[in-house]
Formats: sequence, C-alpha cells, structure tokens
Amino acid sequence: MARVVVSMQPTAKRGDVIEIRTLAAHPMETGFRHSQTGELLPRDIITRLTCTYNGVEVFRADLAQAVAANPLVIFTTVATESGTLEFRWTGDNDYIATHTAQLTVV
Amino acid sequence: MRALLLPLAIAATSVAADIPLDKRLSGYEFMSRETRALQDDEATGPAVFALLDGEALWKPCAGCHGDAASSMNGVAARYPRFVVSKNAVLNLEQRINACRTDKLKAAAFAYESKELLALTAYVGRQSRGVPIAITLDEKTRPVLEQGRKLFFRRQGQLNLACAQCHDERWGKKLAGSTIPQAHPTGYPIYRLEWQGMGSLERRLRNCLSGVRAEPYAYGSPELVSLELYLMWRARGMPLETPAVRP
Repeated sequence: MARVVVSMQPTAKRGDVIEIRTLAAHPMETGFRHSQTGELLPRDIITRLTCTYNGVEVFRADLAQAVAANPLVIFTTVATESGTLEFRWTGDNDYIATHTAQLTVV
Repeated sequence: MRALLLPLAIAATSVAADIPLDKRLSGYEFMSRETRALQDDEATGPAVFALLDGEALWKPCAGCHGDAASSMNGVAARYPRFVVSKNAVLNLEQRINACRTDKLKAAAFAYESKELLALTAYVGRQSRGVPIAITLDEKTRPVLEQGRKLFFRRQGQLNLACAQCHDERWGKKLAGSTIPQAHPTGYPIYRLEWQGMGSLERRLRNCLSGVRAEPYAYGSPELVSLELYLMWRARGMPLETPAVRP
C-alpha cells in the first residue's frame, strides 16, 4: 500500500506563493547494494513526482538512486485560483501513489 | 553503626555525580538546526508514517481505551511503572504487549517490530509536552536502585560506565558526535543513523555494544531498570515522542 502525506495550507490569497510539502513512504533501494548472501538487490525507486493544479502541471521532479528513503519533496507554487492539486508518484515495479488536495483562493 | 553509615555514603557519592536538575538538557538541545527542523516538522517529519501506522493499530485498543488523545494523555510520561497484574515493573512496550495478550487475547508484538514501535510512538505522541513523572514507591525503588547501579558500573572491554560519558563528559565529543546527557525524553525515536524508528532499549544496547559489553536482552530486568532510572533522572522534563535524533 503506497502511502503519502501532503501538507499545504487550505486557503491562500490570490498571487500568494504557497509551500507544498510532500512525503512518500518508499524504501528507495538503489540497485547498487548487495544482500547479506551476496545477491544484487534490484533497483526499486520512485522515478517521478508530478503535481498538477487544475489540470496544469506546475511541478515535476525526476528522482534518482541518490535520493533517500521516504523522499520529502518541498516546492512552491503561486495560488492563482481555487481548485484541486493532484500529486502523482510513479516508480519501479509499477509503483503509483496519488493524492489530491483542495486549495481555496480568496 | 557502620551498617547505617555505609548506605548513606553511597547515596552521597552518586548524588554528587548527578547533573543538577536545572542544568539538564534534552538531546534536542545538542542537535543541529537541520535535525531540529526534522523533529519540529509535525506534518511531514520522518516519524509521521510510524504515527499513522500506530493510529491504525490503535483501533482494537479503542474498544476499552476510547480516544487515545484523552485516554493516553500523560500515560507514556509515567512509564516504566509497576503493573499490579504482572507484579513487575514494565516499560511502555511491555505494558502494551501485556494488554494485547491479556485483554485482547492477541499475539504480543516482537521487540523492535514495526508494529510495536508504531503503537508505542502513537501512545507516546499523546503525551507530547507532558513532564516525565515516575512513581517512586516500595515496588519501583529497588528497580530504580538497580538501574542506578548499572548506570554507574564500568563494563565491557572498554571498561566504561554510562555515567563517565553522560554525567561527566556531556557536551564533549565522542568521535564526531556530541555526547548528550542521556535523558530519554523522546522514545521511541526516529534515528537518522538507523534510518528508522527504535526504542530506548535498542539505544541502550547500541551503547553497550559500543563499550564492547554484552548487550542485555530486550525486555530483560537490567534494561527495564536502566530505563526506569533514566526516566527518573529526566523527571519533570517534557516528553518529545516521537523525537528525531542524529
């Protein structure tokens, strides 16, 4: 079960820069490590995080092996209109996690 | 007469080595600004998944205890304590497992399992900011004295006592790390070195293998007595569970 946490303010003034904090539970196995019995542990990482704001992509990050487990990604966007922010994490082994958050712009 | 004087003399020396109450500092005070920010981040801090797991694991407990926010407020600040039904001093993990086996008729969680750490962190979270208050009575006092003895006893190949670092040399460096005062104010913790959650017993076993002593087993009377002594030593300090430590 993919689990994610998103923290952002629920309301903002038009034109405000708002901070969005995202956290995903994921081991981020690099693919470079070996098990205690010597086999290579296959790579298992989140490769992409996207955020769309009323259908428009406002943020995208490509994640790689050097990113720690349970990656915390913090970014900002400008509050332009009330609506929905959709977050989507995708990665190895068909990993998909999604989250939606509402933003009210006054 | 000699028999009377001897315990007094021992008590006096151990009190002399204690850190004065107003000079006590949480491990938080020794951390970098960045690590403090991780602990202060309630919404997306590294312990948040353990708290969410713990909230889910609380469901069967709610049958008796109801809303954890009210029923568990202040509970973690009072452990380890004497539990009548077990006729023993138990730490919080053991108390949770006793409740599971005796009341829920469910299997006990293994020490350091994800489930036990999550549930303990969730219960501990309900006491954040509550001052640590250990009950001292005829049942807990002998255990506390045993813990105190262990804290001041040199052991392991390095022949070190806990007190030599944590009472006498706190604030100085051990390799690259600052030696804290060993006040267990935030267990279970998310430790960056572990990349995960861990209990006070895990931390104590770390220190024991660090001085090359044989670590006491999880749940052993030695570890519980040390936990009791350390929590009493931190009496009055606010609980930070789940804390982040480097």
